[in-house]
Amino acid sequence: MASILRAKGINKAFGAVTAASNINVDVEEHSIVGLIGGNGAGKTTFINMVTGYLKPDSGTIHYVGRDITAMVPRSITQLGICRSFQIPQLFATLTVRENLLVALGIVVLEAKKFASAATLRSENIDAVADETLARFKLTEYRDKVAGFLPEGVRKLLDIAMAMVVKPQVLLLDEPTSGVSGDQKFLLMDMVMEALRADRVTILFVEHDMEIVNRYTHRVLAFYEGRIIADGEPDAVLHDDEVIKYVIGTRHASATPKGAFHAAN
Amino acid sequence: MKTKDSTLVGLVIALPVFLVGGWFVPNWFQSLLVLAFGKGLVVVGLVLLMRTGLVSFGQGLYYCLGAYAAVSVGRIFKLPDSILTSDAIVMPLFGGLVAGIVALVLGFLLAKYRAIFFAMLSLAFSMILYGLLVKVQVLGSSDGFNLAYKTVAGITVDPASQLYTLYAVSVVMVFVVAFALHRYLRSHFGRLAEAVRDNELRVEYMGSSVRYVVHVNYVIAAVLSGIGGGLVGLSIGHVDPDLAYWTTSGEFVFVAVLGGTGNVAAPILASLVFEWIKSAAYQYAPYTWQMVLGISLLLVIMFLPAGLWSVFKRRERQA
Repeated sequence: MASILRAKGINKAFGAVTAASNINVDVEEHSIVGLIGGNGAGKTTFINMVTGYLKPDSGTIHYVGRDITAMVPRSITQLGICRSFQIPQLFATLTVRENLLVALGIVVLEAKKFASAATLRSENIDAVADETLARFKLTEYRDKVAGFLPEGVRKLLDIAMAMVVKPQVLLLDEPTSGVSGDQKFLLMDMVMEALRADRVTILFVEHDMEIVNRYTHRVLAFYEGRIIADGEPDAVLHDDEVIKYVIGTRHASATPKGAFHAAN
Repeated sequence: MKTKDSTLVGLVIALPVFLVGGWFVPNWFQSLLVLAFGKGLVVVGLVLLMRTGLVSFGQGLYYCLGAYAAVSVGRIFKLPDSILTSDAIVMPLFGGLVAGIVALVLGFLLAKYRAIFFAMLSLAFSMILYGLLVKVQVLGSSDGFNLAYKTVAGITVDPASQLYTLYAVSVVMVFVVAFALHRYLRSHFGRLAEAVRDNELRVEYMGSSVRYVVHVNYVIAAVLSGIGGGLVGLSIGHVDPDLAYWTTSGEFVFVAVLGGTGNVAAPILASLVFEWIKSAAYQYAPYTWQMVLGISLLLVIMFLPAGLWSVFKRRERQA
């Protein structure tokens, strides 16, 4: 399969802290990649660099052959790379529906710049908003103000907003953090189902190894800014270094596959 | 949409009421209304900025520019009397145009700033204009100059009905602005104002430029201030540099808080109430009128924190 996203020799330091050290990643089209690692390992920094929020100190990032290293977030969004946030970034005083309408409105406004927006018409964004609400099971919160919603709902809305742009690549920063046990799988099923139809390439940060194992084709394990393991989930989650630095539990290797939990 | 747009209905009903009703009210009240409408336009612009998350303490800059613009161009370039310097429609609109051009330029700088930095920078620019006008002799220095209109859209107006004509012009301008802005705030782009206020990061990550949104709304606010200033200049018949002084700008913020940001009609209503309180206070408490204003605002903030307009909102919910 063709490569859609390629990071080459990326370095990034915040003062004395190394957040990325010679990161080389080649993401294949339509793949689902999990990013794991402890706090401060460089997962979010990686997402921030791919989406243009941070500039790497050195190295390049290419998206379908195009250098996006120096681009700002909105240009990268317009190219088709979107993200959700660990802490949902919503329009807190607007209702859930209005949040989506703003997002859809931007797609209509910038239609010429969005490669993906050709099918969205101004007249039917109300319908598209309602349809999105239904797809993410948010209909009951339709007219609730986003700032006062439970974390799980805010999380869903955050992801729904990232998806209205119909991205080619979606980066989810801890989509299930703050979501309770069973809800995690419901949320991931919903997101994955919605994305599978559009054949979106997904990279997501996750601490729950069960989720990583269930949903990904490939796992990147981060530790102190480096990628210490890169491969199929089965291999990576049983890698000695990964168990030592990321999963971090003694019993991890003894528990059956699919029952791991991150220590952090 | 399934719900009727009550604001639009309200505007359509209020326009003829104001036009006809104005004919029967005494002259002093007509003047007061023109003043309130002119300043109301400035506040409408200010409220648009507030929806974008910005408070300007320098709208006096554009208010003053709008009032000065038409006649100043005539004076500086020594033009003979023309429609530019004596028409009740052309003068405010020209004022709005000049204000808009200046805002377009200053916007490149100001759109980068937020919160107190934006407020103080905008204040600084208005005080620069004040300082300039005080020094420019051809524009009357600190005394300013008188101005009057003779025509409306080129048609000569009988001096006896000049006051009502100006009133009618201001009513129409205010309603056109209110209608246009109401539509604007419901457009895809207009909706971005509140989105920028709530979360700039998200707006950028959705693929839109926050600075562009701020810049455009800043220019719109300036144009409205310019038109408002033009109307007020004509209503008073005199302009002076105090129009750009920071206390003038502060008054607009006062009125904006009084009305609230809930509806385009709120700032107009607040402006009417403000001018009425002010003139009543002048009359009955000539030495303590500022205190009357202060207490009024205090009461509004305490009992109607979302502004005067929230009275209507509350009633709507109960009905």
